[in-house]
Amino acid sequence: MGANARRFVIAGLFVAAGLALLASPFASRDPDGLERVARDEGILDEAGAHGLAGSPVAGYAVRGVEEERLSTGLSGLVGVLLTFGVGTAAFALLRTARRRRSRERRPA
Amino acid sequence: MHIPDGFIDAGTSLGAGMVAAGGIGVAARKTAAALDDRGVPLAGLVAAFVFAVQMLNFPVAAGTSGHLLGGVLAAVLVGPWAGALCIAVVLGVQALFADGGITALGLNVLNMALVGGLGGYALFLALRKLTGGRRTAIPVVAGVAAGLSVVLAAGAFTVEYALGGVGGASVGAVAAAMTSVHALIGIGEGLITAATVATVLAVRPDLVHGARHEAQLDLRPVDVAVGR
Repeated sequence: MGANARRFVIAGLFVAAGLALLASPFASRDPDGLERVARDEGILDEAGAHGLAGSPVAGYAVRGVEEERLSTGLSGLVGVLLTFGVGTAAFALLRTARRRRSRERRPA
Repeated sequence: MHIPDGFIDAGTSLGAGMVAAGGIGVAARKTAAALDDRGVPLAGLVAAFVFAVQMLNFPVAAGTSGHLLGGVLAAVLVGPWAGALCIAVVLGVQALFADGGITALGLNVLNMALVGGLGGYALFLALRKLTGGRRTAIPVVAGVAAGLSVVLAAGAFTVEYALGGVGGASVGAVAAAMTSVHALIGIGEGLITAATVATVLAVRPDLVHGARHEAQLDLRPVDVAVGR
C-alpha cells in the first residue's frame, strides 16, 4: 500500500472518528423507522432486554460517563476504532488465506 | 432498521441466519480471490466510516428518524462482496452496543448486508448502464440505488415479519408503514451516499470500485456474479 493510500486511510479514519465523537451527540434521538413502525403496530412490546444490555457501551453510552453527549460521543469513538480493528483484522485474514491457498496450488 | 430479539420467531431467525451465513461465506471467498494489500485497510476504513455515519440519525417525520445503512455505499467503494462483509462487521460490532438483537443478527445481516448491499449494488450496475457509465453520473447513480436499497431492506423485514413475526400486527399494515417511512429514509441514504462517493471520486477516483469500469474492461467474477 503506497504512501498516498495510507494517507487516505488515516484521513478517512479521522473523519469517521470525528463524526462519531463530535456529531453523533447531536443526532436525532427519535426512534428509527423500524422501531417507530414496531411501536405503532404493537410489536415493540415483544422485545425483551438485549442480551448484551450489560455491555460497557450498551445503548451507545459509555458506562460511568454521566454527561449524555460526552458518553454518546465517546461510545462512537470506541465503536469506530473497534470496527476498524475488527474489519481490518477480518480482511487481513482473508488476504492471508488467499496467499496460503495460492502457495499450495503451485506445483512443488 | 436493526431488528431486536423477539420480533421474529426462532425458526425464521434461524433460517435467516443460515441464509446470511451462506451469503457471507460466498462473500468471503469472492473477497479473498480479489483482495490486494491495499484493499485490507480500505475495507476496514469503509466499515468504520459506516459505523460512524449509522450513528447520525436524521429526522424524517414527526417523532421518527432514520440513519444510513451503508450497503450500497460500501459496495460502490470496495466492491459488492467486500462491501457486504463490511456491513456484517458493522452489525457484529453494533451488537456489543446492544443495537440489533443477537438471535436477530442473521436477519439484520440478511436485510442490510445482502438484500440492501448486494441487491442495491445490482440496481447500481443496472442504473450505471442506463446512464452510459459516465463518471460524472456515478455519485447520482450510487445515491439513487442506495435510496432504493433502503426500501428493499424494509421489504425484506416485511417478508420476515410475514413468515415469523410476533405481536399480531397485520402484515399489510407493517408493509405499508415500513415502505412509506423507509422511502423517506432512503432520500437521506441517497444524499449521504452520493455526497460520499462524489468526495472520494474527487480525491482518489482509483479507490472507487464502482467507477473502475472506465479505466479498464472489468471482467472479474465479482461483478459478473451480481448480474452485470
